Amino acid sequence: MAILKTEGLTYTYSAGTPFEKTAVDHVDLCIEENTMIGVIGHTGSGKSTLMQHFNGLLQPTSGKIFLENQDIWADKSRLRDVRFQVGLVFQYPEYQLFEETVFKDIAFGPRNMGLGEEEIKTRVLETAAMLGMERELLERSPFALSGGQKRRAAIAGVMAMRPKVLILDEPCAGLDPKGRNLMLSQIREYQKKTQSTVLLVSHSMEDVAEFTQKLLVMSKAKLFCYEDTNQVFRRADELRQLGLRVPQIASVMQALRKKGMPLPEDLYTVESAREALLTLLRKEETPC
Amino acid sequence: MEKIIKAEHLVFRYPADTEENQKPAENPAVLKDVSLEIEKGSFTAVLGHNGSGKSTFAKHINAILLPESGKMFVDGLDTSDETLLFEIRQKAGMVFQNPDNQIVATIVEEDVAFAPENLGVPPDEIRQRVDDALKAVNMYEYRNHAPTQLSGGQKQRVAIAGVIAMQPECIILDEPTAMLDPQGRQEVMQTIRKLNREQGITVVLITHYMEEAALADRIVVIDDGTVILDDVPKKVFSQVDKMKELGLDVPQVTELAWELKKAGYPISTEIITEEECLQAIENLYHER
Amino acid sequence: MLKDITLGQYFPIDSVLHRLDPRFKIINTMLFIIMLFSGNHYLTLVIGAVFVVMAQMLSKVPLKMSWKSLKPLLPVLVFTAVLNLVFIDTGNTLWEWRFLKITEGGINTSIFMICRIILLIVGSSLLTYTTSPILLTDAMESLMSPLKKINFPVHEMAMMMSIALRFIPTLLEETDKIMSAQKARGAMLDNGKLMERVKAMVPILVPLFVSAFRRAEELATAMECRCYRGGEGRTRLRQLKAAKRDYISLIICLLFLALTVTINIIFS
Repeated sequence: MAILKTEGLTYTYSAGTPFEKTAVDHVDLCIEENTMIGVIGHTGSGKSTLMQHFNGLLQPTSGKIFLENQDIWADKSRLRDVRFQVGLVFQYPEYQLFEETVFKDIAFGPRNMGLGEEEIKTRVLETAAMLGMERELLERSPFALSGGQKRRAAIAGVMAMRPKVLILDEPCAGLDPKGRNLMLSQIREYQKKTQSTVLLVSHSMEDVAEFTQKLLVMSKAKLFCYEDTNQVFRRADELRQLGLRVPQIASVMQALRKKGMPLPEDLYTVESAREALLTLLRKEETPC
Repeated sequence: MEKIIKAEHLVFRYPADTEENQKPAENPAVLKDVSLEIEKGSFTAVLGHNGSGKSTFAKHINAILLPESGKMFVDGLDTSDETLLFEIRQKAGMVFQNPDNQIVATIVEEDVAFAPENLGVPPDEIRQRVDDALKAVNMYEYRNHAPTQLSGGQKQRVAIAGVIAMQPECIILDEPTAMLDPQGRQEVMQTIRKLNREQGITVVLITHYMEEAALADRIVVIDDGTVILDDVPKKVFSQVDKMKELGLDVPQVTELAWELKKAGYPISTEIITEEECLQAIENLYHER
Repeated sequence: MLKDITLGQYFPIDSVLHRLDPRFKIINTMLFIIMLFSGNHYLTLVIGAVFVVMAQMLSKVPLKMSWKSLKPLLPVLVFTAVLNLVFIDTGNTLWEWRFLKITEGGINTSIFMICRIILLIVGSSLLTYTTSPILLTDAMESLMSPLKKINFPVHEMAMMMSIALRFIPTLLEETDKIMSAQKARGAMLDNGKLMERVKAMVPILVPLFVSAFRRAEELATAMECRCYRGGEGRTRLRQLKAAKRDYISLIICLLFLALTVTINIIFS
């Protein structure tokens, strides 16, 4: 079932002035529930603007957005509720921390939702555990944490609202490789546990290749495609034309196929390539 | 070859800020005996996870931090000698992660002029240096723009120009691409390589991105305040299990080659580019 | 949105007024203000008006811009007019109701005051329209440099001003971002009682201050790395040099001032 739907969604900045710019141009999308989705595109491709429409921070110039088949702009008093249902984590979210303790900061969203103290506590503890934050950490000041832990505290603040859709804008920016992998695994864990839809905005093709089921590609304000991840990387040449990178493995496998090696088309991670190559090399061995 | 940077047994710990930290056990050294020599005109990448001590090491090069014990020499000058401070900072320029927080002036050329102004360079020569520096980073046509109008990659190039205008022997870049999009990263990397090759400026690049480190002449891996690996990129990356143990990544193609070798196939693990990988797998396939 | 606020009113075109040395522009503006406030006859206002119209034409700044600088101050104008109208009690009484009394003198003074303020605003905003903030700062530093002798930190003040100018847009953008982020967590920013609104600012202000301090620290390190050590021994890329036209502009302003003073003496 579709959780988010857009029809002809268009957004124009500074309409009517010389600086007029269409950031999102007639986007029709139908996003399913319980999926992990990667969102890729250049800076300025309109992906961030599109994401801010999903939770009603921006109002489309024309076109509609539906959350569970309800037009989110039909009744403006419901807008706040939409923001609880579609959680949005901005880039470098640690810069929004403000409370005295990590616990209170994570509880800020749930408290704004008007939940009871017990429920708030359960959610904060559950979410912190999912992100691997120890309990004693929750009583500390958020400003005393390490960079990675601050980031987790901020993300937990949105996750604790248990949104049906969670949008994360570059959650791994600035983290080291180990931190990046851990963060992405924890986000995937969260997605599985809550059966929600997670949209992961990222510049790293390797990351989206490994962690997402579907990819949403934006280019020049338009939706380039919204398909299963393995389908998208088959179109490596088109992606390169858009100026987007392709995972190294996808490139190499494509080149090998062009040279006549019988390899499947949907190889874009190290593991899948290894399996395929080992199978192929073994097969070649047997006739000798 | 002449050594531009010479670190001898550097030990450093941050001053204790609380009582608990007074005990040595609570406040371990960030640098534990780092010795390193860097050749004039070389391009060295420094890798290590967050908190490994690599940024702390970088800050020793231009005397922002002074070692607890051990010595640091820049072009033969001892950084602990206060009278040499400005001479050292002029010789070893530093570029930081966040371009927004290192641009001082409201106009690009004014910012590039900042360091020469501080050094008391005559106005005519400042003009010349500013123009040259902006041309070197390919930002000359933006000289009259406000920094806020520029993209992240452009801002970072202005920051590099601001350092080049001091006519340094060496530039140290502390994760200069961490906050940039892929295009900005590419712009900055091209600029760094150009400065290294064409003007012979020694480059020390601290980064999390393996594909950037792969472009260097030499990679130094720092972990827990000590130098763990120090070799050409191919040799460093070929130690896939060691790198993973340190929480670092290797290029996907290196990992694939290493996996194939582990499965018993005769393939070199000193592979860091897509072309090398393609070639090696093809050979493997045809030799069967 | 906060981003839309234009900062510094600089209107970047080329004109004689734009090319004038900023130091002279500041002095001229001060002379103009003295001229307006020393005049106490309608004729001096006419002279002021001639001066403003002339300057406006030389600056090539569209009239629309002057209106833009005037508009937000309209309430102040109305307030001044009403105050003068009601409280000045000289000449014939024209209208009276309980304690309210409007006199000829009151009407006279309010018209005079309104004209004077309009001229003041339109005239002095030309300074900011034709001079970029950075040049203004440079000029202030240069004009105030004699104060260095009494150990007044002139260079430091100028540096602080230019850094503030540099960071205001950055911090506004950041405020926008933090507001969006807190809104996404259900913060209510635009409604509620006064106390609630003040409380609702905490999630915005705390992160903003934390970030401003972090930026300040990083900027200080970056400045040190680029050999900053205060104003001593510092040279400048841009040298302020007075040209013939600057002296001419100064002479014109002095002439206008002299004319105003003469009229005052004749008609007093």
